[in-house]
Amino acid sequence: MNVPDPADPDPAPGTVVRGYPAGAGRATGPVRWTAGPVPEPDPDERIAPEDRAAACERIRAAAQTVSADLAERAETARGACAEVLRAGALMAVDPTLSESAVGLVTVRGLTPQRAVHDAAATAARDLRSLGGYFAERARDVLDVAARMVAVITGRPVPGVPLDGGPHVLLARDLAPADTATLDPRTVLALVTAEGGPTCHTAVLARSLGLPAVVAAPGIDRLAEGTVVLVDGSRGTVTVMDPAAGVCPDGAGPAGTAGHGPRGLPATAARRSPAPSPAGPGRTLDGTPVALLANVGDPEQAAAAARSGAEGIGLFRTEFCFLDRTAAPGIEEQAAAYRKVLDAFPGRRVVIRTLDAGADKPLPFVTAGDEPNPALGVRGLRTARSHPGLLADQLTAIALAARQAAADVRVMAPMVATAEEAARFAALCADHGLDEPGVMIEVPAAALCAEEILHPVAFASLGTNDLAQYTLAADRQLGRLAELTDPWQPAVLRLADLTCRAGARLGRPVGVCGEAAADPLLARVLVGLGVRSLSMTPTALGPVAAALAGSTLGACAAAARAVLRSGGPEQARRNAAGPV
Amino acid sequence: MHERIVTVANPAGLHARPAARFVRAAAAQPAEVAIGRPGQDTVPAASILSVMTLGIGPGERVVLRADGDGAQEALDALATLLERDAES
Repeated sequence: MNVPDPADPDPAPGTVVRGYPAGAGRATGPVRWTAGPVPEPDPDERIAPEDRAAACERIRAAAQTVSADLAERAETARGACAEVLRAGALMAVDPTLSESAVGLVTVRGLTPQRAVHDAAATAARDLRSLGGYFAERARDVLDVAARMVAVITGRPVPGVPLDGGPHVLLARDLAPADTATLDPRTVLALVTAEGGPTCHTAVLARSLGLPAVVAAPGIDRLAEGTVVLVDGSRGTVTVMDPAAGVCPDGAGPAGTAGHGPRGLPATAARRSPAPSPAGPGRTLDGTPVALLANVGDPEQAAAAARSGAEGIGLFRTEFCFLDRTAAPGIEEQAAAYRKVLDAFPGRRVVIRTLDAGADKPLPFVTAGDEPNPALGVRGLRTARSHPGLLADQLTAIALAARQAAADVRVMAPMVATAEEAARFAALCADHGLDEPGVMIEVPAAALCAEEILHPVAFASLGTNDLAQYTLAADRQLGRLAELTDPWQPAVLRLADLTCRAGARLGRPVGVCGEAAADPLLARVLVGLGVRSLSMTPTALGPVAAALAGSTLGACAAAARAVLRSGGPEQARRNAAGPV
Repeated sequence: MHERIVTVANPAGLHARPAARFVRAAAAQPAEVAIGRPGQDTVPAASILSVMTLGIGPGERVVLRADGDGAQEALDALATLLERDAES
């Protein structure tokens, strides 16, 4: 094994590129790169009057091409994402966009690419001035325009490749929309140069069950078609010997064959699927650990039930509120919650109250003028300015809980003080919800865990935000991925403090961050005293297997070793050691 | 020129998804259809950017105008869509 050398443009077989594990499982296949952003067209270039009619035709042709491509992507995309792509297909052929671009060419002599760029900028500005979710569509217009510019200038269209056979997808970074249009039948694994262990790419890759490695800048030197082995559990990408990918019947090397849909040698492209759990979670010596699912809508809840989750440890209710200009009514919310509850009759379902703000702004809740939204009015804090919103949501939850057979609990996001916890508990009691809980994702909450846990029934550690706030590092920044790693000893010490407080008061402490989905880290968390782990359903099998292979004593020994570690790497080694 | 005033039922108003549904339906009509706020300028109903840029919220009243072959049928179809289109 050797580390890639910047002077060597073609890494030798056996070269290992390291990143952060972001989706369990292993896959082997040829790599394909997503195309990078399209450069801004030159604003000063002008074209001769006699060439302008032809330039206008190129704009109209590009509009048709992009519209057809987006419509095709919409066919394979899922849910809301398909709708966004269909809207993009309409935008591409929108006369407002193409005819104002044509006008800029005819009257001012702009190049067709610059004309499309400027016309889209105007449309985006108009949308942005409306605010809220109209403003979010501004990005879609710019994306559509970038695709048209790519077609006009003959550059690769940005985004994930649609054609070709099974491959390992490489990208500098992936937009959530890109990840959602991936076809898990052709994409074997995801590797990004940027992003962190809790970035959206990682979260989505896990929900698709794709092995993934993020923050692996060393992939920059992997050429299109290089065959690699991705180990999403260890965070490594290993360059394979192309000769090993040759079929017995003499087909070409896997790297070249990967461009055709059929020519790929069977040995060169495969993914080992994550197994499903075989029953309730428990350690080797029989200590029960509830293995629960994180879900965001009724569809995911049904999938979680099929994949063997024992319940739901984190039901994100934002889906009810997104894409709207006002909060949904009580009856409508209750009906939506009911659909999730009905997937788990008799089982535990923890409903998290609205977590708006920061990366999930809502036009009717979030103030647009916060200089630092991650430290702004988000989570439970929105109840100060919009008390009716939380009261209505608790009414809706209580209503749904009365109608459904699930064991319903509620918890509040972003609790920072004991007073907030007490106020939330009192509000829950007013609504007849007698099992209130809090998320521990602010360091202050972990440090005062005993006072915070006192008025409530349970706590759930949100390790993604806890890492972000503890290390003062934005979880979206790939350059800081090392800091937002849930294996950071500071994060795990705060988890330890919370578990100790929970044990003293008899309040169960669970984990619902991405840390719970890491089989090795799950053992450590159980060693700290955690007795419920909530994760994306595809991680349930690997985590169940890891726990079933460890005694509680081994988990506790791993936890002790990890708390003494100097950094995430040493923590991982220490965790693996004592078993 | 045929004209109709309808109330937008979609709880999200006329943006993104509901706007895309409306624009697709409008573009499929043989008649030229325009949409706007009563008493204000209208925009082509087949332009998603124009429709979204109106910023029509839930419960708002809009005016639909259609001209040419099948204008009456176009208004019937589009009015029904706007008045019945629930969040889906």
